[in-house]
Amino acid sequence: MEDMKKKLVVIGNGMTPGRTLERIFETNPAAYDVTIFNAEPRVNYDRIMLSPLLSGEKTYEEIIIHGDGWYIDRDIMLYKGFKVDRIDRRSRIVYSGDEECAEYDKLLIATGSNPIIIPVPGHVKEGVVTYRDYDDVEAMLWAAQRGEHAVVIGGGLLGLEAAAGLAMQGMQVTVVHLMPTLMERQLDPAAGHLLQKAVEDRGISVLTEANTKEILGGPSVEGVLLDDGTELPADLVVMAVGIRPSVSVGEAAGLEINRGIVVDNRMRTSDPNILAVGECAEFEGDVYGLVAPLYQMANVAADTLLGDRTGKPFEKQVLATQLKVTGIDLYSAGDFETSENREEIVLRDARRSIYRRLVIEEDKLVGTVLYGDTANNSWYLQLIRDGENISDFRDTMMFGPGYGEGQSADVAVASLADEVEICGCNGVCKGAIVNAINEHELSTIDEVRTYTKASSSCGTCTGLVEQLLTLTLGEDYKPTAADAVCGCTDLGHDDVRKLIEVQRLQTIPDVMQSLHWKSSEGCAKCRPALNYYLLSTWPGIYEDDQQSRFINERVHANIQKDGTYSVVPRMWGGVTSADELRAIADVVEKFEIPTVKLTGGQRIDMLGVRKEDLPAVWSDLGDAGLVSGHAYGKALRTVKTCVGSEWCRFGTQDSTGLGIRIEKFMWSCWTPAKVKMAVSGCPRNCAEATCKDVGVVCVDSGYEIHIGGGSGLTVRQTELLCKVATEDEVMEFVAAVVQLYRLQGHYLERMYKWLARVGIESIKEAIVDDDERRKELYDGFVHSQSFSQHNPWAERVNGVDAHEFKPLAELDLVEVV
Amino acid sequence: MTTDEWRLIGTVEDIPRSGARRIRIGEVDVGVFRTANDDVFALEDVCPHLGGPLSEGIVHGNEVTCPLHNMVIDLATGLSVEPTPKCVRSCLVRLEGEKVYLSKPDLRDLISQPIR
Repeated sequence: MEDMKKKLVVIGNGMTPGRTLERIFETNPAAYDVTIFNAEPRVNYDRIMLSPLLSGEKTYEEIIIHGDGWYIDRDIMLYKGFKVDRIDRRSRIVYSGDEECAEYDKLLIATGSNPIIIPVPGHVKEGVVTYRDYDDVEAMLWAAQRGEHAVVIGGGLLGLEAAAGLAMQGMQVTVVHLMPTLMERQLDPAAGHLLQKAVEDRGISVLTEANTKEILGGPSVEGVLLDDGTELPADLVVMAVGIRPSVSVGEAAGLEINRGIVVDNRMRTSDPNILAVGECAEFEGDVYGLVAPLYQMANVAADTLLGDRTGKPFEKQVLATQLKVTGIDLYSAGDFETSENREEIVLRDARRSIYRRLVIEEDKLVGTVLYGDTANNSWYLQLIRDGENISDFRDTMMFGPGYGEGQSADVAVASLADEVEICGCNGVCKGAIVNAINEHELSTIDEVRTYTKASSSCGTCTGLVEQLLTLTLGEDYKPTAADAVCGCTDLGHDDVRKLIEVQRLQTIPDVMQSLHWKSSEGCAKCRPALNYYLLSTWPGIYEDDQQSRFINERVHANIQKDGTYSVVPRMWGGVTSADELRAIADVVEKFEIPTVKLTGGQRIDMLGVRKEDLPAVWSDLGDAGLVSGHAYGKALRTVKTCVGSEWCRFGTQDSTGLGIRIEKFMWSCWTPAKVKMAVSGCPRNCAEATCKDVGVVCVDSGYEIHIGGGSGLTVRQTELLCKVATEDEVMEFVAAVVQLYRLQGHYLERMYKWLARVGIESIKEAIVDDDERRKELYDGFVHSQSFSQHNPWAERVNGVDAHEFKPLAELDLVEVV
Repeated sequence: MTTDEWRLIGTVEDIPRSGARRIRIGEVDVGVFRTANDDVFALEDVCPHLGGPLSEGIVHGNEVTCPLHNMVIDLATGLSVEPTPKCVRSCLVRLEGEKVYLSKPDLRDLISQPIR
């Protein structure tokens, strides 16, 4: 009966109570009527992901754990933006202001913690923020758009993540840290120095042993004054010096308080009807701030609320931390203070920026610090937790669990025991994941997340979970994560593109350095891709790297099987003239070009040109006004046309003129893969526009714009993007859709594949529904063209890259012999 | 070493970094490669797969990828990077300051038994 349901009230809607509720509803959905009071006006989101949110690597939607529907489905009453200010323990009612109250049978306090604000003069000025929740991130992003300088006070985990995020947003960031080395609570000094260097390499200044004296400025912050008199300019000051459990509501209710709200090993406070979990709870003198122990608390609290006494009570936890700054891998766990009865094993490889330290006490691993390569962290953490005797493998433990059986990562994962915890956040061990994969026939990482929660919080174990899928399913497992660009990286094309943008990487070595390329100079797969991504992301800034282009694009002609080249001059819209044909005929005779052929794109192809002859061939063609046809490039190739209304008795519009106009506007732009276009003058479609990357079909009332066709390895008909009324609109829509493809397409991904991947709807949203976005894309294309539109043939006739076309030396046979 | 056993073919600067140039001796082509670290290697300019001009490939690390079908060749050994490697004939290089010399005996070998 409905009335018999007990009432559970939750104060706070962070990740920990979210987990408690999940567990209650999974175990016994009928146990409680739930009411939540959340001081933040939003649903439960992944607070660990604030740093990726700040850096731009994630969006708010991507970090939501429970959307509104989750609460609705469970009949949970969620008060968003309501702070509880009073608990009446006698009547068992909580009050939020004068308007709202709720009765409870059981009360769960999860008020979390408050950031500490150092009360230096000026700390209330506008522009001084903490780093704690979504509102703080919003405030920081707002400041980053307007200001130039940021000062982050505090060089701990949060401070460094804030600094890295703000730097990615383009701010000049200085970290002011009181202690001699960064993250001194988690790291020993040696790792702290490595970290400082890595942070500084990102353009972030670090001042250690620096104490803030005053925050300067008028109503808004303008600078920070340090004890030693240094004055730092600042448009934004982030205080990230620590957190303090938020206990006021419990304190006012008379619960036992120490640093936090004191709880027993079943999460009960001094009032048995009131439980506390999360950062506000104190257990045996410790307050926890990391997700793994907090989720433990959450589970224990759920068991207590469900009356289940069989579950494991809460115990003191081994703490592990990981810095979430892309490109800096840093992990520490356990206790790594040095003392007399402790021994250390240290591996230092300064050149590769790898540092590993294992702290051993009485043949047991008690702590570890890993920097640079943190792949084996779960194994070490398990050894610390289990207190296993390590004397048998002490010699090799530095190299990880797979040592001796081959060093590859999957061997290392295969050799892990079933009890080893893979997902630290959610406390999921290897055995549980493998069982779930087998039992429920899981085949994707998302399914594993759904069933086991592994990899669903901070995501750093995603690689391990994928390896478990591979181990369990063998070749049946197809990773859903983006395929890696090549063997030089694990990142997919989208990741690389996004990181180039948000980290403002502007050279190929920068990309390889910052994104931890596994090879020193990449390979013939990734180098051309990176060159394209940099070129399309930073037009006018990035300098095209010729050595990262395929030979065809380097010498602006198509290499043939015998090492000769083919030359295809541009014929705008497929229209030519007597002068052009005469020039071509003369060139063919003069240079003894063996084959002349018409192409499918309405051009003339001269095949078998010797490389040395190319500049002279181009020079002669150029004299007749012929320019490069880019038949060799990942670029706009051709715009094929029919004769249209000028001649054809069915023609509805001037398709030839429009084709020429498009080609003259868009030629010489680089694209992810080749782009072929066509304009047909009527729906009879003689220019075959509906199997081109972009096709325009003229009709009486205007122009249909079709995209994503192809007729090569795959034959594909286009999809209709939209219909427009004027030629000017055709120009704008076509340029905008090509620009969208230029920015989203993976290198070598034809337009039809891109369309299949992102979906026609998302393209329509950007190009058809959103006038502003279309205009922005169009302007982006025009901007890019201003740097790109020139005739590469003429440049080479005038001596550019002359070394490409002549041998370094021609040796006399007789002399050598 | 006697000077008449080495042939000067140009300077390091003549070859683009992470790139290559070609030497022609009669009908035989030799690719001269310069890595990002300014090491210089010389190989017969014929891919052991289907004869592609290696000097037109992309140079990465101490390797070059053939422009025709992407076979990867180790510049130092002339061996293709695959389980059962095929071999390109190489020619010893000597650097004297900026000057690049090729071994004449090696060149003679290349000319006497051209692959194509």
